[in-house]
Amino acid sequence: MKKTVFFGALTVAGLAAGAAAAATLDDVKERGKLNCGVSTGLVGFAYPDDAGEWKGFDVGVCRAVAAAVLGDPSAVEFVPTTGKTRFTALASGEIDMLARNTTWTFTRDVDLKFEFVGVNYYDGQGFLVPKELGVSSAKELDGATVCIQTGTTTELNLADYFRVNNISYEPVPIETNAEAQQQYLAGACDVFTTDASGLAATRAAFEDPSAHVVLPEIVSKEPLGPLVRHGDNAWGDIVRWSLNALIVAEELGVTSANIDEMLGGTNNPEINRLLGTEGTLGEMLGLEADWAVKALKAGGNYAELFETNIGENTPIGLARGLNAQWTDGGLLYTPPFR
Amino acid sequence: MSDTSSNIAYVRKDMLPQKAPPKTSVGAIGWINANLFSTPANILLSVVSIGFIGYILSGLLPWVFMSVWNADSLNECREIISEAYGSTHGHACWGVIKERWLQLTFGFYPPEHYWRPILAFILLCVTIAPVLFEKVDRRLLIVTAIYPFLMPFLMWGGTIWGPLTAAVGFVIGYFVYKAAAKKFGTLIAVIAAVMLPVIWWLFIAGPVAGLLSGIPIGLEFVESRRFGGFMLSILIGVVAIGCSLPIGIVLALGRQSDLWIVKSICTGFIEFIRGVPLITLLFVASTLLNIFMPPGTNFDIILRVIIMVTLFAAAYMAEVIRGGLAALPKGQYEGADSLGLNYWQAQRLIIMPQALKISIPGIVSTFIGIFKDTVLVSIIGLLDPMGLTNAIRADSAWNGIYWELFAFVAFVFFVFCFSMSRYSMYLERKLKTTH
Repeated sequence: MKKTVFFGALTVAGLAAGAAAAATLDDVKERGKLNCGVSTGLVGFAYPDDAGEWKGFDVGVCRAVAAAVLGDPSAVEFVPTTGKTRFTALASGEIDMLARNTTWTFTRDVDLKFEFVGVNYYDGQGFLVPKELGVSSAKELDGATVCIQTGTTTELNLADYFRVNNISYEPVPIETNAEAQQQYLAGACDVFTTDASGLAATRAAFEDPSAHVVLPEIVSKEPLGPLVRHGDNAWGDIVRWSLNALIVAEELGVTSANIDEMLGGTNNPEINRLLGTEGTLGEMLGLEADWAVKALKAGGNYAELFETNIGENTPIGLARGLNAQWTDGGLLYTPPFR
Repeated sequence: MSDTSSNIAYVRKDMLPQKAPPKTSVGAIGWINANLFSTPANILLSVVSIGFIGYILSGLLPWVFMSVWNADSLNECREIISEAYGSTHGHACWGVIKERWLQLTFGFYPPEHYWRPILAFILLCVTIAPVLFEKVDRRLLIVTAIYPFLMPFLMWGGTIWGPLTAAVGFVIGYFVYKAAAKKFGTLIAVIAAVMLPVIWWLFIAGPVAGLLSGIPIGLEFVESRRFGGFMLSILIGVVAIGCSLPIGIVLALGRQSDLWIVKSICTGFIEFIRGVPLITLLFVASTLLNIFMPPGTNFDIILRVIIMVTLFAAAYMAEVIRGGLAALPKGQYEGADSLGLNYWQAQRLIIMPQALKISIPGIVSTFIGIFKDTVLVSIIGLLDPMGLTNAIRADSAWNGIYWELFAFVAFVFFVFCFSMSRYSMYLERKLKTTH
């Protein structure tokens, strides 16, 4: 009898909660913390430092959203998720948003019922080779042995690329990135292929990084971005425009250094609208007028986040490439703040 | 005929003094001769084995001891090593352990509260001492009784009233049983002793704890998300080990029961849990339960994992103990019956002490297995020591460091598992009654 009561209570509670689950913003405000799903550890994107503070490029997005919503970039509960648990964690409401190097694909967006709010990093599959191989283009890799993670899209992308270019290769299947590094360094394969950001991080960990090069060819599209659940568009808007605020701030030249000065008023109405000194953008999102100011003060604008975590002055040393502003020939292009 | 004997010169009258044994059969040389070089085949085996061990140690010892402790990143380590030894090959970089050992031990637990898990661990040792060793003062068993309520309070914090009201439930059960057993008999007493505490926990404990929470005695609340490292492994391991033994005993007895329903439930449970991999149960705990629960319910992830691991351990424990029960001669059961003992008395006084003694090696290896299996929680995103090794490598300062972290984790696990194994051998010797 107890069991029936228990399940009955669960059902009722489930129905009641289902009706009330729409307002993520209210939940977050009431909790006073943003539950943000991140990776359990990915170089440059999410990692705990020796004091247990989470750092990284994806973590920066979480902090910006927390700052915009709650006014405090440290009001985030970071929930480490693995590739297997990330989607259920989001779907079940354990986390409010996921910022974990997740590629925006059709099925994830449509079939899994998530909403990708934008792209914070345009990645793509690349090739890492030793310099002594004397190769300058992936098209010269005919007959090479390639270390590749089994059962991933990288495996399929690789097969496609070599078939299209009519060259042959010999795959060396490996299980994890750690294994790949060891195999590649031991000379078990000529080429290591995975996402370009991962290649850069792997290369940076080598004893002599200059003896290895990442080839210029990128053979797949991997737009990585934060995502939220279907069904709460207001919350999706908040995450989307928090990310957009970081990107547009770079375009408009607003940085964490000059933001206080700009708050005094500028001649550019878009900056004023972004910073809340003009218009009511914050109110429309259900946030304070200075939501974007707080988001920008959390870790700086997009360029600042990029440079501190994965940019050319860090050990990972990624160039902006596709992740430059559209004005600089990249793909970052936010809709206008108006 | 004494005079004749004195005339026979070739009969020795007194004993020769004992001579020292030949040098080749005593001391170190003797041992070596007897154990290593007794036959040509043994000589060959010994030489090959010593050569192999020497080869391993010649690589391992410099790696462990000619290493770097003071460095803030892998690159700094490499610089220091290549300056000191010429090549970076074959020297460990323990700087990562020096920087992260607290994190590997406590996870993200707030440093100002480290004393709480440490105290909980010390109390754990005090708690299990009277259970493990006979010579320890029996009065310490009071600590053992309090510990299950004290430990969660220390680890998670919050007000003291939650654990206290939970403990009161057991006290109620005890007194109800005592009072009812005299008046109404055992069966009614057992039912009342189960029902009343349940009613207390379900309906009264909550409001009472709520009322009392006005009196602010307690510790700062620490969320489960902050648990990690060896603390997490030990927490899951200790709770699973502590709970699985009693549950396992009940299940094993249930499986041998004559009552059809009890028997089928126990058999079904054991076979179901044993037929499913632990990793599947963990995924159920981390993902599937989330979907069944109404959104917003906060059913603690660590609690879910602990429950799953405990059930898993209990099913295995039940089979190990059933093995012990099956090994007992039938005469023991019949003897107990002939003494006029009832079922529980027979189990407590005759059957279980013997069955458990037989099962000790199996029980301890289940314990060790469960403790090691706790690292599987890294797959569902909990940062146990193995999960943390990945997270630490994600820091660009330590990207590319593998063996040092794995070696450290392996060493700590070895210390715990080896102590458990030695204890079980001690227990077997102590309980040995055969001659």
